[in-house]
Amino acid sequence: MAQVKVVVTLKPSLLDAQGRVVQDALHALGYESVSQVRIGKYMELEVNGDGDLDAQVKEMCSRLLANPVIENYTYEVVK
Amino acid sequence: MRAATATTAPKPQLRGAKPKFAVIQFPGSNCDQDAFFVIRDVLGCPVEYVWHADTSLRGYDAVILPGGFSYGDYLRTGAVARFAPIMASVIKHAERGGYIFGVCNGFQVLCEAHLLPGALVRNVNCKFVCKWVTLRVENADTPFTTAYKQEQLLRIPIAHGEGRYICDDATLQELEDDNRVIFRYADTDGKLTEAGNPNGSVSHIAGIVNARFNVMGMMPHPERASEKILGSADGRGIFASLVSSLVSK
Repeated sequence: MAQVKVVVTLKPSLLDAQGRVVQDALHALGYESVSQVRIGKYMELEVNGDGDLDAQVKEMCSRLLANPVIENYTYEVVK
Repeated sequence: MRAATATTAPKPQLRGAKPKFAVIQFPGSNCDQDAFFVIRDVLGCPVEYVWHADTSLRGYDAVILPGGFSYGDYLRTGAVARFAPIMASVIKHAERGGYIFGVCNGFQVLCEAHLLPGALVRNVNCKFVCKWVTLRVENADTPFTTAYKQEQLLRIPIAHGEGRYICDDATLQELEDDNRVIFRYADTDGKLTEAGNPNGSVSHIAGIVNARFNVMGMMPHPERASEKILGSADGRGIFASLVSSLVSK
């Protein structure tokens, strides 16, 4: 069994409306040095079985976990 | 390639005297009954609900993907619904040239299913916006809009938190060049102002159609504005256009 940690982020070219709100809130708290706040998604999966784990994870990411039109993904396999 | 129009769009074979509609129900759909009512009671056409776990759309001329929050909109809006068992038949229906109309969450599902280009993301103001808006008809020569005049202004409500339409520049250019932007958000004078764009959609886009002109999606809710008693009957024209496009072949 492998644990897979997936991080999905909005493409950098897209305005992240949530990130902007959080950045404004951080500024309001006095953290003026903060910029470029981006909000993404973090997912943990446990995957059983053999086969090409990388290929499986990439397929899961591009079909469902991320929308390639608007998002990028990265993942890490923890054995 | 010349852009498709209402006259060149596919003309699906009608099975009965009146077109028969399917309204897909996902867990979390909540505008399904409104769409059903408009088709059955306002337009007098046969209509049935089709459950998301069903796999056949045999016998239906047009398919409606209603608004709501399918599968709780978990992960992304429409992302899980896009893989519902019925969606393979929805995609086949589109490939056959059958008419498909997605409203709000239905539009999001169609984008996730790649039946329409682009995506719908969180409104630029991060608010769920529920209000009446003005739409400008950008292309009245489609199977979905023959009941309207070019640049006609429609009063139709929106109710969404994730309705900001975005796409890459090449896709936008293609949509514009082929007249596939069907509705834009406008102010009450029909001008495209920032104030008239409720969610920050690129080029004020409220609704688009696919390259074959048989699949349309829009964020506003025409099914909630199809009778005067509801405050506006402006949305009825879309359903009426679909019926006449299917009947007049």
